[in-house]
Amino acid sequence: MVFLFYLLTAIMLISALMVVFSRYPINSVIYLIICFLMVAGHYILLNAQFLAVVHIIVYTGAVMVLFLFVLMLLNLNAKIDTHRSVLIRIAAVVSGGLLFLVLVAALKGSLTAPLSGKFDSSIGLVKNLGMVLYKDFMLPFEMSSVLFLSAMVGALMLSKRQ
Amino acid sequence: MESLTNRSKVTGNKKMSFLEWIYLPAVVKGLYITIKHLFRKKATISYPEEKREFSPVYRGLHVLKRDDAGRERCTACGLCAVACPAEAITMVAAERKPGEEHLYREEKYAKVYEINMLRCIFCGDCEEACPEEAIFLTNRLVPSEYQRNDLIYCKDILLEPLDDAKRIDVSQRQTPAVKEFKKNKLLFHNK
Amino acid sequence: MEANDLIFKIILLFLVFIITLLVAMYSTYAERKVAAFIQDRIGPNRAGTFGLLQPLADGVKMFMKEDIIPLHANKALFVMGPSIAMTTACLTGVIIPWGGELNIGGKIYSLQITDLNIGVLYIFAMVAIGVYGIMLGGWASNNKYALLGSVRAASQMISYELAMALAITALILKTGTLSLRDIVAQQQGWHWNIFYQPLGFLIFLVCAFAETNRAPFDMPECESELIGGYHTEYSSMRLGFYLFAEYINMFISSAVLATLYFGGYHMPFISHLGLSANTVVMLGTLFFFIKIFLLIFFFMWVRWTIPRFRYDQLMKLGWKGLLPLAFINIFITGLVMILL
Ligand code: SF4
Ligand code: SF4
Repeated sequence: MVFLFYLLTAIMLISALMVVFSRYPINSVIYLIICFLMVAGHYILLNAQFLAVVHIIVYTGAVMVLFLFVLMLLNLNAKIDTHRSVLIRIAAVVSGGLLFLVLVAALKGSLTAPLSGKFDSSIGLVKNLGMVLYKDFMLPFEMSSVLFLSAMVGALMLSKRQ
Repeated sequence: MESLTNRSKVTGNKKMSFLEWIYLPAVVKGLYITIKHLFRKKATISYPEEKREFSPVYRGLHVLKRDDAGRERCTACGLCAVACPAEAITMVAAERKPGEEHLYREEKYAKVYEINMLRCIFCGDCEEACPEEAIFLTNRLVPSEYQRNDLIYCKDILLEPLDDAKRIDVSQRQTPAVKEFKKNKLLFHNK
Repeated sequence: MEANDLIFKIILLFLVFIITLLVAMYSTYAERKVAAFIQDRIGPNRAGTFGLLQPLADGVKMFMKEDIIPLHANKALFVMGPSIAMTTACLTGVIIPWGGELNIGGKIYSLQITDLNIGVLYIFAMVAIGVYGIMLGGWASNNKYALLGSVRAASQMISYELAMALAITALILKTGTLSLRDIVAQQQGWHWNIFYQPLGFLIFLVCAFAETNRAPFDMPECESELIGGYHTEYSSMRLGFYLFAEYINMFISSAVLATLYFGGYHMPFISHLGLSANTVVMLGTLFFFIKIFLLIFFFMWVRWTIPRFRYDQLMKLGWKGLLPLAFINIFITGLVMILL
């Protein structure tokens, strides 16, 4: 199990880095897909089968296919030129650094806090997840669905206007 | 426009009824038709084992006939080559030497006789033109080949075998009028 | 898990893999025979009696052909495409319950490789990844027909996945479980889900046709417009892999259909015959395969009956036809569940 964990993590980190470093957008997308699959693997290690499968269906199966779709049609086959103005580069570095800071700050609190109780291996199964979602977090869950609905309607409106 | 047959259907973007719109009845109907065909008698003929019955006047591979005594009938007159609309026939004539009377019927014969099967359109004009009843089209098929040269047929393929059992019968191909005509032994042609 | 169990599972895994390949192989043969019979011909009959060795001959032919990788293709992705298609097609067989539970020497062996409690979703995950095989292969060929084919395939699969998922949602509402084994267990006797979910079945069936790229939805490879679609540039065994993956997909989706809607390995009236438990299980597996073969035949039957859709018709059917219908189906199912 531990070995698997490290294997998954290693592949995940390498592919995540490759997403940034690879020169072809298509390769980036493929590395991202591999990265997502590894994340799904981590979910399975935590016995959260439902999350793993939904992660694969939604992210690998739908979101990334759309990414790939757009890239295919854009014909970015040729190497895109990497000449950007210095200003943009500095801006990118600064904003990326800020995001990193925020993430570190956010994670700092959770790392120092003691883990609450023992790890419950059945927490990721459908039944428990459903219980949590539809009992404890009913309101936020429904709110998010309304959010999606409004996004859908908005997209429709935008496309209908033309 | 007036239709030639009464089978034509008026098409157009007419509004579909509900049953048509959901397509399912049409799909089921189509499925019914195809499943019926599943149990029909098959139209295939497995060629080399089974052969389709040919019409007696089918125009296939040519044969250069011999007469009853086994002599070649062709006298290399070249009428068939002239008649051929596809210019498929070539020949080289030669004179019969003394002592070859059992081989050739007339004193002139075709030393080389070639039909290019790629050019031939199997019209049968050569058969019509021949005054010697030497060439006939038969109901044998011309097989396909890999090389063009292999489709230029020479006498070794065209000539009727001497062997009695392997003789090629063309009597089926002759109309009653022709047969009647052949009975008249006085004519040189029928000797 | 005990060693015994492990060995049994491994044997089962190999068996399922081999049977999947065998069935796919002979599906190619069956397809040609069915096509021939429907068109009043007799089909392949030269290799072996009734042409039964034809799949082998085809396989040998595929292997002997020259393997061409186009000059300007993206080599890595070009090679990856067929492998992904093939792998994901095979992977789905893992969760199909091929039969009941065998009782050998007091120990219970289940004829299912693994019973995930999210079995239904797992199928979707595999279908979702399977899209990549076609997309990447088509894009990597660097050929406009292949690209168009793969774009069509991807959009078609995504569109029909939605309606398919919603059709299954209604089914899950009724069964209350995502595990395939439990779903099968509920369909004992004549309680097949098709009688409770006829509309859902119809939607699922149509979507299954679209997901497997079979006629009348074989848009991605439609020969008359796109040459060969996404596998235009493929040759030799790589092409074979793509074609093979299609047949495996057909086999697996027939198995899923049989599991979800036709009672899986259950045979009505078998319990009245008074056979021993193990015999019943074996007969059940046999019966399951008969159901699968009938469904495969249905797939072929439809292919040789119905002409191909036009692309806009396909999209219209998916989004404006099946999707609302699936919603209505969920709604009705929900209503009935509450009222009863
Ligand atoms: S059949 Fe017609 S085309 Fe053929 S050789 Fe005779 S005359 Fe020429
Ligand atoms: S086949 Fe007949 S027409 Fe032709 S050269 Fe011989 S005799 Fe003359």
